[in-house]
Amino acid sequence: MKKTIYLDHNATTALRPEALEAMLPYLRNHYGNASSIYQLGQDARKAIDQARSKLAQVIGAGNPEEIVLTGGGSEAINWAIKGVALSAKDKGRHIVTTKIEHSAVMNSCKYLESLGWHVTYVGVDWHGYVNPNHIREAITKDTVLVSVMHANNEIGTLEPIGEIGQICRQKGVPFHVDAVQTVGKIPVSVEELNCDLLSMAAHKFYGPKGVGALYVRPGMRMHSFIHGGSHERNRRAGTENVAGIVGMGAAAEWAQKEMKQEEKHVRHLRDKLEKAIFSKIECVRLNGHPTERMFNTTNLSIEAVEGEGMIIGLDMQGICVSSGSACSSGHTEISHVLKAIGVPLELAKGSVRLSLGRENTAEEIEKAIEVLPKVVERLRAISPIWGDYKKGLRRSVIPAAAGGNPSLPFKDIMDPRQGHSGMTAKG
Amino acid sequence: MGQKKIVVAMSGGVDSSVAAALLKEQGYDVIGVTLKTRNWDDTEGRKFGGCCGSSDFYDARSVAQALDIPHYNFDYVNEFRGSVISYFKDSYMKAETPNPCIACNQYVKFDRLLHHAQALGADLLATGHYARVERHDGPPTTTSGVTVKTPSGTTAESSSPQASGGDPSFVLKKAVDLSKDQSYVLYHLGQEQLSRVRFPVGEFSKPEIREIARKYGLITADKPDSQEICFVPNNDYRGFIASEIPQEERPAGPIRYKDGTLLGQHQGLPFYTVGQRGGLGLAVGRPLYVMALQRESNTLVVGEKADVFADSLEIREVSWVSGAAPVLPRSVSVKIRYKHTEARAVLMDPRQGRSATEPLADANAVVASGMTTIKAVFEQPQSAVTPGQAAVFYEGDVVLGGGVIDHVID
Repeated sequence: MKKTIYLDHNATTALRPEALEAMLPYLRNHYGNASSIYQLGQDARKAIDQARSKLAQVIGAGNPEEIVLTGGGSEAINWAIKGVALSAKDKGRHIVTTKIEHSAVMNSCKYLESLGWHVTYVGVDWHGYVNPNHIREAITKDTVLVSVMHANNEIGTLEPIGEIGQICRQKGVPFHVDAVQTVGKIPVSVEELNCDLLSMAAHKFYGPKGVGALYVRPGMRMHSFIHGGSHERNRRAGTENVAGIVGMGAAAEWAQKEMKQEEKHVRHLRDKLEKAIFSKIECVRLNGHPTERMFNTTNLSIEAVEGEGMIIGLDMQGICVSSGSACSSGHTEISHVLKAIGVPLELAKGSVRLSLGRENTAEEIEKAIEVLPKVVERLRAISPIWGDYKKGLRRSVIPAAAGGNPSLPFKDIMDPRQGHSGMTAKG
Repeated sequence: MGQKKIVVAMSGGVDSSVAAALLKEQGYDVIGVTLKTRNWDDTEGRKFGGCCGSSDFYDARSVAQALDIPHYNFDYVNEFRGSVISYFKDSYMKAETPNPCIACNQYVKFDRLLHHAQALGADLLATGHYARVERHDGPPTTTSGVTVKTPSGTTAESSSPQASGGDPSFVLKKAVDLSKDQSYVLYHLGQEQLSRVRFPVGEFSKPEIREIARKYGLITADKPDSQEICFVPNNDYRGFIASEIPQEERPAGPIRYKDGTLLGQHQGLPFYTVGQRGGLGLAVGRPLYVMALQRESNTLVVGEKADVFADSLEIREVSWVSGAAPVLPRSVSVKIRYKHTEARAVLMDPRQGRSATEPLADANAVVASGMTTIKAVFEQPQSAVTPGQAAVFYEGDVVLGGGVIDHVID
């Protein structure tokens, strides 16, 4: 049986052994309900509070009570956005966010729009970078929330959150940060980021799935999202997922402990992989910021190849990656992130995301470097677009194909702010 | 490794489910693939048969899970629209009657998907078709000095590897269960394709296939057979044409009796097919039958039952399973639509007279010059020889080749 080479850590991660070990007692013996008065319940309560403290410490929250445990990152995000919006509905009904947010943010905003809120989706530059001044300009007297992600899940670009937070503070507007891709991977401090709300998900930092948390700055006014008992100080009802929470706490603790060495290890492998791809495959573009980017993420647009075919071809070789397009509602849609950074439609279809993690080894990366160009070559061999390109009937849409910086913008072709019409490759 | 990789096109029906199960049992490294041929959103609130609905995708996935094989969904919406739906519409616009399943097999499954599978490292492709492929080792039975049709549509001299001595040759045969035989929709397959396709269910009867499905506990075991065109909602092809072809491109026109008498008005030629009885809106006191759709004059010609019988037809885009045309004339069995009972006919070069019995000096030289048109003369006149439908040539249960019916020769 071939070994799986997992290069999709932005989708989810393997549970780290320390987290699994920490969870097991709460799946086996300590099954108490944390709300119960007796000892068995108190065991659970204690474990939850310890996990909460660890999380608070990891993100630099002053008080563990500022951490509210949720059933995952999407829940935290939904609650942050809808909870604040509903609470402030008599004050104003305007939200500022960006064009490259995760669908949990996007669709929460769309939902509010359907209820009469107005949302400004601020654009980004070629690298997916948000200009803080654009956020400042978008804020009106009706703005009740700004929501910007810390790092983009698809292209890895790190946003200037501290600066944006500063602006929000000056303007007196609450600021939510979707830090699902960064907590446990790079230092995250709610003080340095100047945020009022911050979402995280355990399974992105080697914790279990189905558990997450929302940091809520004291004094934030927001409606509850899940109503029921008085759990989480009346903020989030529902019997706590004790084992999950314990696993999240342990994962956060270990992630912090090993953060530096994990980053060094992963960055080295990622850089090596990236470099090899650009030297072995022609007509490839790097999506995302060349420097302000998560150390584990490489997003590529490979000309004349379908992302779907790439994923399946790599899967057959035991390599797990994901694409820039998702067959979500039945339609194959181009990622809104790639659209926002101006990747031409047909190039965006050939996008793949490689996101590395702590357990990846040098051998695995060698194997990926060996397999990936072969898969691309085989798919290009059946691509009529590639045939035309090779015959000189079509020119590459990647300016860098002629040599040079692979992350060069498409500036001689189009401007992302002009929309997507007429941006197909010229034959 | 070591196991041969095979892609199985899983439609979500019982036949392709069992094809996957049988191949897995035979030790292949089976990869299930379901083609998404239509956007599911388009199908919302409408009933679709065939293999394009999302529920069929879930059935295929469930079967793949039960068999413990990987399963992927390939987005073929553009390919399908470009080569099947557009063909379907074009055919009606030419006043012909299309067979979209053949187009799907010819351009989507056994061309695009076959190449796609190969690019993904699987040399073999299987489907749930009821047909058989037989491998014969040794020199091919084809005569030398002919061209060989390769899958890419180009031709190669007989010195190409397929036709040189020693290589195995492949024979396409009817299914064991003749009531389910689908070799008719596969006549276009050539040697290269046959060397890489498998039809595992062709060896079994339909009840046996359902039995195997039950044995494996597949949820598709008792799923009804699909009889419909997969992309036409509720099998209402007239409604589909009405919505897909603008009205000005299918104008109403005269219905004339075979002697030229004006009998009434038709609703647009695409709504009729040769041999059709009734549905003409005529009150003449006896049933009349559609004899022909005349595109130039936009006329629907009708006549008596006996008038829809014809014995000579011209067939275009002819291909041969062996890769080479037989010496003409040649007596074969010809099937002119899916449910037609094949009938004996003589195939000949279209330039030959009806009574000609002498072969052309060098029939193969004609083939080599790119002739893909052939003439067939039935021993007994056949009902509803319909342009656009396939004419498939058989010798016993062996498929020799086939083509598209171009017109009836008066």
